[in-house]
Order: sequence, then structure tokens, then C-alpha cells
Amino acid sequence: MCLAIPGKVLEMYEEAGLNMGKIDYNGTLNTCCLAYVPDVKLGDYVLVHAGFALQTINEEEAQDTFEALQLLADAMEKEEK
Amino acid sequence: MRYLSEYRDPKVARALIEKIKSTITQPWTIMEICGGQTHSIIRNGIDQLLPKEIELVHGPGCPVCVTPLEMIDRALAIAEKPNVIFTSFGDMLRVPGSHDDLFTVKSRGADVRMVYSPLESVKIAQENPDKEVVFFAVGFETTAPGNAMAIKHAYDNGITNFSEIVSHVLVPPAMEVILGSPDNRVQGFLAAGHVCTVQGWGEYVPIAEKYNVPIVPTGFEPVDLLEGILCCIEKLEASENGIENKYLRVVQEFGNPAARAVVEDVFNKCDQKWRGIGNIPGSGFAISEKYAAYDATTKFDVGNITAEEPEACISGLVLQGVKKPHECEAFGKECTPMHPLGATMVSSEGACAAYYKYQRREL
Repeated sequence: MCLAIPGKVLEMYEEAGLNMGKIDYNGTLNTCCLAYVPDVKLGDYVLVHAGFALQTINEEEAQDTFEALQLLADAMEKEEK
Repeated sequence: MRYLSEYRDPKVARALIEKIKSTITQPWTIMEICGGQTHSIIRNGIDQLLPKEIELVHGPGCPVCVTPLEMIDRALAIAEKPNVIFTSFGDMLRVPGSHDDLFTVKSRGADVRMVYSPLESVKIAQENPDKEVVFFAVGFETTAPGNAMAIKHAYDNGITNFSEIVSHVLVPPAMEVILGSPDNRVQGFLAAGHVCTVQGWGEYVPIAEKYNVPIVPTGFEPVDLLEGILCCIEKLEASENGIENKYLRVVQEFGNPAARAVVEDVFNKCDQKWRGIGNIPGSGFAISEKYAAYDATTKFDVGNITAEEPEACISGLVLQGVKKPHECEAFGKECTPMHPLGATMVSSEGACAAYYKYQRREL
């Protein structure tokens, strides 16, 4: 049940006093509540669970993790050869 | 899909498995708390790719599974009342109570609706001022901010025909029950990444110290899970306890302060009964006094409905990592996803349902 998926913030608007957003999940569009990510900007990726963005995805950390994992994969591949 | 597909890269996954193999020197038992992680592990065959020294046991982190029978019976009693629109996430609709499930009640004419967000239920209440709209607020820390916001939003906007029947559960007290049990076999934990996205990882520090275990918050994709397992093995091999966050792209030490503030405003911690396990002190949420008018259990006077769990299944032991699903005699015979006997076969995220779906019968 705790599944949450990343999506890109396409639009931001207010509805009945709540910050809301239109989110693009790889081509599928839906709305979500942005009240819990007060610093979010258009174009940011947010992690969405049951209609609420729970966090803005930290692009820098994601990139660092990705690069470290690629380095590991390359090193292991070299070792095998 | 960005932030998902790169964590499914087979080359990286293979490298992590090789690294795990070259690190491990002795048997270790690791528990993944979250049912979503269990499902991903089994679906991706991660349990079968790891060296035989690693045993993954599956934790109690499926809120659908652990919602007590009597809460389902209370929800059904409310849903059957005239003038009620009963709303719920889809996964609660087919969970059997003592006699029926919400789908059956709907087929008898009750107005039961599936929603994607609890805010949809508040909107339904606004659009139907002559009806009582009730939301079944089930979940772990991940779902609590949304369920809390629905109540706060109704309160702020003067909407009085909305209420929630609350059956929330919290991860850290359940971990303590598992670690404190004389039957405990768990030596390290993968902490549930999205629970930590909301709450952070501060609550796990005293648990790691008290029970001398490593706890590693991680994500749900195969590479996330393997990275978490590698980190846990490295710490176990080095006799280190403590927290190491491996879900850096969304988990921060203090979680999401804005979400935590609303949860703390709307809910108070309370004792909570877990299906298959029993009562765990301080492991649930009750609606706070300020928002008491939004408590459906009081509003519809269903608090006196109680139910006893059937004795037939071993789901309590499965939920605590003491037994595996296939070790139950009823597994795949009397107990299937269509006719579940207990908690872990009820939801698609339950360990028994995952083993059944992916044919892990002879493991």
C-alpha cells in the first residue's frame, strides 16, 4: 500500500485553499496535492502516494547514487574480463 | 520512466549481486519490513539470485493484511447504513470481515466507492450535503499525511458530513515486538523507504542501538533493494549496528516536517490491534480531540463491534518472520487469494499472496 511513484510537476494551482498540481507520470496525467512540498517548482519531480506529493526528489542525490552504481557496474564488468 | 528505470538496470543489479557474493562469509537473516518491498523481491526473483547464505524474511508492513477483523466488520456496518456513502482505497474492498467484504455489501445496494485520494472523499461530501461520507483510513506512516489532511481540510472548510474510520499502524513499535521476541531470527532490517520519506530515520536510532542491529532505509526497485541488502551485509559482516540511509533521493533524517506537523495535529498515538499479531502498545493513531467530530467510529457508534481471528492460519508467525508462507499446511490448499484464511493471503502485498502468485511453493 505504501507504493509511491515519481512524476513531473506540469502545473500548479490552488483549489479550496490547498496547493495542487497536475503531474505527468511518464505520459499519464493526474492531479495531486502539493501541500506537503511547499518549496516545489514547476518541472520538479515529486514522489506521489495516494494523491499527495510526499517529497520533492533530490536530483543531486539521485545523480550521485546513479553515478556510483554505474562505476561499480563498470568495475565489476572489468573484473570479469 | 525517470527515477524508476535506472534502478531496474540489469547490469547494475548483476554487479551488486556479485559484490554481495564477494562480501558475505556466513549466513545472515534480513527482514524487509514493507509488503511492497516483499512483492518487488519476489516478482524480480531477488530472493533466488542472492547467495544461499542470505535469508530474506518478510515483515508485517502490509496495512491491508494487519487491519484487524473487527475494523472490517465496523466498516461494513457503517457502509450498510442508509444515507452513507462509504469510500475506500481499492485494496480494502475485497478484504473479508467475519461474514462479508465491501464488494458484497455494495452488490446488496450499499453506496461504496473507490477513491484514489482521501481528498476525493471530502469532495464527494461537499457534493452530497444530505449524505454522510465516510473514508476508511488505513495505512502506515506513508498514508497518514493524506488521511490527516482530509480531516483537516474538512474542518477548515466547515464540512461536517465527512468522517473517517481510522485503523492506522506504525512501523517502529512492530519492529520492537519482532526484535524482542524469544523466537526472533532477524539480524538486520531493510526499513520501508516511503515510511521513512514521511517520518525520517531518527526513530530507528534507539532501536538499532538497543537490539544491536543494522537498519537500512531503501527503495522499491531491484537496484534499490540490492543496494540495501549489500549495505546491510557489509554492516553485519563488520559487526556494526546503526542506520545507513540508502534511499537518499527521497529520505531525509527528519522526513517531511510539513507532513509530520499535520499528522501530529490530527492524530494521537494509541494502542493498536494488528491482525495476526495482537495488540501492540503505541502502534496506532486515534483522531485527536480537536477533530473528534470526524471520528466515524463514534459518529456511527460501532466501537462495540468486536471479532476474534480464526485460529486456522500461521499468519502471525509469517508477519514476524518466524515462518515462511509455504511452511503453512493450508498454503495453496484451503488458503488461496480467492479464499484467504488469514492476513497475509488477504492482500496482494501479503507475503503468502506474493508466494502464491509467483509460484514460490517448493522453496
